[in-house]
Amino acid sequence: MMWGFRRSDGRKGIRNVVAVVYLVECAHHVARRIVDRSDDMDVHLIGFPGCYPNAYALRMMKALCTHPNVGGVLIVSLGCEGFNREELRTAVSSTGRPVETLVIQENGGTASTIAQGLTSVARLKALASMTPVAPLRLDELVVATVCGGSDGTSGITANPAVGRCFDRLVEAGAACIFEETGELIGCEQIMADRAVTSALGEEIKACVAKAERYYTVMGFGSFAPGNAEGGLTTQEEKSMGAYSKSGASPITGLIKPGDVPPSGGLYLLDVVPDGEPRFGFPNISDNAEVVELIACGAHVTLFTTGRGSVVGSAISPVLKICANPDTYRRLSEDMDVNAGRILDGGATLDEVGAEIFDAVVGLASGERSQSEAMRHQEFILTYKSFEPIGPACLPRRVQNA
Amino acid sequence: MTESKTADISPFILLHADDNVLLCRRPVRTGDILAIEGSEIVAREGVDVGHKLARYNLQPGDTVRKYGAPIGAMTRAASVGAHVHLHNMKSNYIASHTRQAVSDEVKK
Repeated sequence: MMWGFRRSDGRKGIRNVVAVVYLVECAHHVARRIVDRSDDMDVHLIGFPGCYPNAYALRMMKALCTHPNVGGVLIVSLGCEGFNREELRTAVSSTGRPVETLVIQENGGTASTIAQGLTSVARLKALASMTPVAPLRLDELVVATVCGGSDGTSGITANPAVGRCFDRLVEAGAACIFEETGELIGCEQIMADRAVTSALGEEIKACVAKAERYYTVMGFGSFAPGNAEGGLTTQEEKSMGAYSKSGASPITGLIKPGDVPPSGGLYLLDVVPDGEPRFGFPNISDNAEVVELIACGAHVTLFTTGRGSVVGSAISPVLKICANPDTYRRLSEDMDVNAGRILDGGATLDEVGAEIFDAVVGLASGERSQSEAMRHQEFILTYKSFEPIGPACLPRRVQNA
Repeated sequence: MTESKTADISPFILLHADDNVLLCRRPVRTGDILAIEGSEIVAREGVDVGHKLARYNLQPGDTVRKYGAPIGAMTRAASVGAHVHLHNMKSNYIASHTRQAVSDEVKK
């Protein structure tokens, strides 16, 4: 049975993580030692490396530290960095979650702060463990999907199988999020045709056009050499495969990092910054996208891979669905689902879609994913800038208002 | 999955009736006899799982279709059964890159 930790905002978490948060690279080592020495599957390291303030990073960190899977937060600051630690602390404490701050410059340096941090984590865990639990319904779940290390098999096995799972979840009232508009270049018209309103369709086309402009300025598309080694030749070919993760439900809304879907349905996450390109590539690698999906409230991320990614994530479990049967044979201990069976004729898309659905229910019932059990906690947050979404992006919310 | 069962299934898949490329579901080796569109072709090159083969004779400038959708354009001719990839087709959006992409810049 699915159950969750009940938070003050009404959302429920499927994990009860204590997040240890460094606010600048200079505090990273101290925070990492606190997490390492805590040696606990549910104590996670997250952070931001930069010293300059950034509105996106502050908003993301608030969203992540008040994510339903988080039960307590330890903030580790060097002391002189630009990140607004007081605002972050207030955002966490206003939700009723336990939060503590350690400022290295005020706490006697490295060894002393690590020692105090270990005591803090123990306290936070004890408080978090008192969080009430309650049954969890499918319509309370937020499930995200991302692909990484794609190859020519991804688009016909794992990705459409996730699409089948998404269709079932949306049908049951869950919110499902797919993303990476740079990997949807070429799919803009077919996506626009699935939007619940024509105005939303126009927004979707505009955000893919923005992605194309942005990546053109960067000089490289969202396409890695391993994609080509696995048989994918062009960005638009990769896009068509990536797109199939979205399934066949109508597209309910277009959101940006940190926006939590207001209701069930299928949402597209626009990950490409607004305005002139300023801070480099939109997302420097797959985990930056996973972090943005989690900031939108994702309880679980369905990660499809053909070449064989091994990553997990801090805060929310990652379920790995392997597209390529040869890769599965090589990396089976890193994979939760073998969608490569579809290629061999050993399973249908519906069967693998049902298996993924059951695995999501399992994760929401206390089971651990492979990456989680192996203590994968990848996390990346860097500089970006976004404008808020326009009124046409969430048509149902406007209707309900 | 046993060897015999793998050998029974076709080495490639047509994803959509409008496509002019086929998707390789098990490795094709040089010399394999390929049945494509009613003719038997001797494979002139090996093609790996997940890669594409020409369904028809393709000419430079032809739109390549997979999943029933355009995925780029041919830059060189490819005969039926030939491997279709970076050496004979390109994106109509953003160019693809390899690991050599910035090496020449670094060597300068």
